[in-house]
Amino acid sequence: MNKKLGEIIASKYFSFFVTVILFAVLYGAGIAMYKGFMKPQVFLNLFIDNAALIIVTVGITFTLLIGGIDLSVGAVLALTCMVLAWILANTGIPVFAAIFIVLLMGTLFGALQGYIIAKFDLQPFIITLAGMLFCRGMTAVISRETINITDPVFVAMADFRLPVGPGFVSMGVLIALASLIIAAVVLGFTRFGRNIYALGGSESSASLMGLPVFRTKVSVYTISGFCSSLGGIAYALMMLTGYNLHGMGMEMDAIASTVIGGTLLTGGVGFIPGALFGVLIQGVILTFISFQGTLSAWWTKIVVGALLCVFIIMQAFITEHKSKLTAQSSLEENS
Amino acid sequence: MAAALLEMRNIDKVFPGVRALSNVDFTLHAGEIHSLMGENGAGKSTLVKVLTGVYPKDGGTIHLNGREISPKTPKEAQEEGISTVYQEVNLCPNLTVAENIFIGREPRRFGFIDWKEVNRRSVELLQKLDVDIDVNKTLDNYPVAIQQMVAIARAVDVDAKILILDEPTSSLNEGETARLFKIVRQLQKQGMGIIFISHFLEQIYELCDHITILRNGELVGSYEVAKLPRLELIARMVGKDLNDVKDMDKMAEKSVPSEEVFIETDHAASIGQIKDVSLQIHKGEVIGFAGLLGSGRTETAEMLFGLKDVTGGQLKINGKAEKLANPMAAMKDGIAFCPEDRKLAGIIGDLTVRENIILALQAMDGMFTHIPYSEQVKLADQFIEKLRIKVSDRDQLIKNLSGGNQQKVIIARWLATHPQFLILDEPTRGIDVGTKTEIQKMAVELAKTEGMSVAFISSEMDEMVRTCSKLIVMRDRRKVAELTGEQVSSDGVMQAIAGGDN
Repeated sequence: MNKKLGEIIASKYFSFFVTVILFAVLYGAGIAMYKGFMKPQVFLNLFIDNAALIIVTVGITFTLLIGGIDLSVGAVLALTCMVLAWILANTGIPVFAAIFIVLLMGTLFGALQGYIIAKFDLQPFIITLAGMLFCRGMTAVISRETINITDPVFVAMADFRLPVGPGFVSMGVLIALASLIIAAVVLGFTRFGRNIYALGGSESSASLMGLPVFRTKVSVYTISGFCSSLGGIAYALMMLTGYNLHGMGMEMDAIASTVIGGTLLTGGVGFIPGALFGVLIQGVILTFISFQGTLSAWWTKIVVGALLCVFIIMQAFITEHKSKLTAQSSLEENS
Repeated sequence: MAAALLEMRNIDKVFPGVRALSNVDFTLHAGEIHSLMGENGAGKSTLVKVLTGVYPKDGGTIHLNGREISPKTPKEAQEEGISTVYQEVNLCPNLTVAENIFIGREPRRFGFIDWKEVNRRSVELLQKLDVDIDVNKTLDNYPVAIQQMVAIARAVDVDAKILILDEPTSSLNEGETARLFKIVRQLQKQGMGIIFISHFLEQIYELCDHITILRNGELVGSYEVAKLPRLELIARMVGKDLNDVKDMDKMAEKSVPSEEVFIETDHAASIGQIKDVSLQIHKGEVIGFAGLLGSGRTETAEMLFGLKDVTGGQLKINGKAEKLANPMAAMKDGIAFCPEDRKLAGIIGDLTVRENIILALQAMDGMFTHIPYSEQVKLADQFIEKLRIKVSDRDQLIKNLSGGNQQKVIIARWLATHPQFLILDEPTRGIDVGTKTEIQKMAVELAKTEGMSVAFISSEMDEMVRTCSKLIVMRDRRKVAELTGEQVSSDGVMQAIAGGDN
């Protein structure tokens, strides 16, 4: 194989580049096929429609980076919407206090899951599955019916539009962008962030290198819990309801976005901009389908499923390529 | 001599069912290279892990520069100035070289990691070690030898007072080892205390000033290297009389093969693996495959076990032409194979010793044939006794055994299938001297008493010379010589390997 090409494939940004190129190609195809794609607002709508998913994906990326997983994100998001709607409908608690309460709730729930996982060295899959069932159940216990949010302050926030060029973005988008930036900085430029990568690379090495494994693990799930409830706020801003079936299967969309964005499920590899593009690709496909007009929205799932499959296979290929690289160079050393 | 840098006194460590360390003393001075010796399971690793805070100690005291310390985590030990480079490289393959050196203590500016500084200082550190690589690439781009150097760079930078090197040379070649030694001596001059653990006696004698010997978790003694001849060292390590060891070296008489041939190949080849090998393995014969790494000795063994297809020539078992399509076919023909990489291809860590022993037998009988529990216990106990496997009980997890004992369990696994031909690929790698000798003896015994054919592959030439009655010498994936009787000597092998290339 061409050496240059080999090095590009081994680069840690390779899957990210593939994702970005794929996004550009899809968007370009959209522009070529439908005039409407040219409108800047169509692009901005990708963010507006997916603000909650972006925030949740940011959180789940942290857990995937340490080789864990958080299945509870969608359910925590639904519970957040529901509790928020219930508080605003049934108590006199002011809206910002209510938001604070639900964020705290999500964060503590994440911390609890993280503590259990780290303390007893349990499978995150099972613990967060339990968390998911618990939260989904609690949401239904609070109300089986939709609760509308009518609080004037909250509705005003939902109606807020920030002009961007010829278009506009919503409050949710601002929250999403802030989460993206903060997460990217934390992961790239703080010790805590790098410990997360180390932990994902090899837990035993991390502990032998004297890194705080326990603390990092708990923090990661705490962040995921916080992001889920923050995503819940963004979701509520869009829907203005609390409902038992909000965010159904969102954990899977989030995982799919992260993986398409180049994060390895084995942990240690991946980064935040990739996750964003993962979400955006799903958004573009959905936009395609709505422009096309006759196809069912479920086609998004089919395409995403196929993409996911392709990306996983590509990752396996990269991993194999890399191990060959190591083996090759060690043979050279020995001969 | 000046006051000690490190004093460990009366260290005790108990694991469930095993007393890993009892009353061990260890003293290290600044500017000293001190070797910790002992067989596998003697307690070297445990002592190191107590010192580095991986295991809590159950008794005793540790003084560093006269001050009592008791590190509870590797981090605390590092903060005290105790750095370790472990046998298996313990770094993160997904991080860059620079990060691996600095993670956990990255230089920061305004609370954020200063990547420029990290990279600059990594390059600087590695240059001191004579390593010139791109520190921005992830670690998995580099071979193990480089990774080892990176681990050392990391250890050295932590303002270490004590550097522990646990089997640092097991995956290095000669040039790399020499380079490592240079660095170690350099650090010694800077006044660092160095603990060096290795199975290679040559290296110990070349590098170290002092030797502390452990046996069965107890201190045997601490000696100056210059005053401790090798034979005495071995005798003390295995706890036997000096004369016994001398005998051991000579080894009881070799096995005399019978006339009957068990397996033979005639110009056998396997595309891309083996070019031309003709050999005959008799019953009751211990045969060795010699040759350099990559000469095709392992591939030949794998071919005899059906792991590599015979694509040219012929393979005969008991005089009948056979095509060993897969390992199962080979097993049915009475062939057993203990692979080279025992961690990867041999043991199943989370199963017990008993379960590991019955594994091959179970595979032969088929998945659905139940081996009664009482039968399993009988088999396991029989082999634990016969091969003198050190276990607390037969249901101990195999991953908790020392390397030598794991190897014995793997051999037991194959002996349980009553093979006629046992292939041992590097059975003694990473194993202490005592167990090595035991395994060599066992190979000869099996050939003598049970008429088994044994193939013994090892990179240590003396070992094969001592054990085998016939040597097949390989070069460039061909057989280049066959040595028997008096010809079986290190000299003979070297000449055969070198021969032809003037």
